[in-house]
Amino acid sequence: MATDTVLHDDVHHKDGENTDAWSGAAQPFEVSYGKLMMWYFLLSDAFTFAGFLIAYGTLRFSSPTWPVPDFVFKTAPFGIHEWFPGGHAPLIFVTFMSFLLIISSVTMVRAVQEGHRENKNGVVYWMILTIIGGAGFLGCQAWEWTNLIAHEHMTVNRNPFGTHIDHGVYLNADGTESSDIFKPGDSFLIHKDGHGHGHGGDHGAEAGHGDGHGHDAHDDGHGHGAAHDNIRKDVDLKHEYVDKEGFVHRKYKVTEGRDVGVVKQEAFGPKSFGALFFFITGFHGFHVLSGVVFLIIICLNVASGLYVKRRNGYEMVEKIGLYWHFVDLVWVFVFLVFYLL
Amino acid sequence: MGHSSYEESIKKVYFGLILLAVVTLIEVFISLFGKGYIIGGVETSTVVLVVVGFLLIALSLYKAYFIIFEFMHMKYEAKGLALTVLLPMGLLVWGVIAFFQEGDAWGDRRELIKEKDEQTSEESIKPIGMIYNPDDTKYIN
Repeated sequence: MATDTVLHDDVHHKDGENTDAWSGAAQPFEVSYGKLMMWYFLLSDAFTFAGFLIAYGTLRFSSPTWPVPDFVFKTAPFGIHEWFPGGHAPLIFVTFMSFLLIISSVTMVRAVQEGHRENKNGVVYWMILTIIGGAGFLGCQAWEWTNLIAHEHMTVNRNPFGTHIDHGVYLNADGTESSDIFKPGDSFLIHKDGHGHGHGGDHGAEAGHGDGHGHDAHDDGHGHGAAHDNIRKDVDLKHEYVDKEGFVHRKYKVTEGRDVGVVKQEAFGPKSFGALFFFITGFHGFHVLSGVVFLIIICLNVASGLYVKRRNGYEMVEKIGLYWHFVDLVWVFVFLVFYLL
Repeated sequence: MGHSSYEESIKKVYFGLILLAVVTLIEVFISLFGKGYIIGGVETSTVVLVVVGFLLIALSLYKAYFIIFEFMHMKYEAKGLALTVLLPMGLLVWGVIAFFQEGDAWGDRRELIKEKDEQTSEESIKPIGMIYNPDDTKYIN
């Protein structure tokens, strides 16, 4: 320790004449401490998100099937998906959500620019628009989660979105083959008994399976109508099996391959899908939420004239701007892996 | 900014908005094309799957580049700062390659186990590393 002190004193003596960038007199990266640390915080946060996304990729690669995103995310609020052919609006709603984040990112850049011009009212104006964009995104996400949890019954450990691996044909109530056929890769959603109609949007209107993707378990027209008051549990019928939790697994006969003629029932999709979806979009949504809170605080500070007093060119606005762009950046990748691929 | 006039920098921002929006729309179009919504039947082709995947990843990386370098001003920061942030990202490239390969291996193993399970229901089990006596019915399934 003694030598440390000596060395320290040595440096201290030279302080006046030392102009080296790393001696503390200058900022080596030509950037303030706060902004530099924001960059490093974002770097560490990027690693956290990357950990999530790598886990997602690994589990997806290891699963024989994976829910098709354009089947899972095909609904939109206010029945907007009904306007689209077949009553599906694949990825439309989530594209709208992406636009909200992009636009709020652009308004954030404008706020930073107005800060450079020392235009207080401009900063407040563009920050308010940014806050509205972020809050709008959160509202959309709340709707999406509500739809998935309350109407489609997805949870962190149950994924009702399955994918067929056989060629097959669904069975009628009397055990005969119906006209409803499917091929490997077609998706289906296992509904809860009594929840088959009027929820989530895609039901009822979809009778024809026209696009070759949608084979929902609800539209066979048997047993559901009467089941609204009396939800069946653990019932094994010729055309469907209602499990202990009330999920209706439709039965089908395999028409091609090794298991020809075998009657099987729809199985749940890969379990990890629900956990990955809720944790990754939830973690991103939490970032958006905290971003909105900080934007509001900083916007109030701008309006109160705090940063004019500090005379540092609205640096706090730049810092929250970096964070806000990062949230948009993460969404680019969440959008890629969950919705596009 | 301080690198261009106020009017120029505003123009640049709205150019960025249009660019990101257009790239996002192209991505959604490509994704829906890959799933067979635009032209039916293409979703079963492996070539389409690979090309669509490659394009989507490339476009997303471009969007990420644009956001970091333009919106976050990485372009105008000191080189040392940019390197200390960007170089560690290289580790993630390793992470993606290593873990995706591992996930693929888990999938293969799962398939193999399933295959073996199906075999054992049809044929007899021959224990590995044990002396096999065909008269001993214990080993015959």
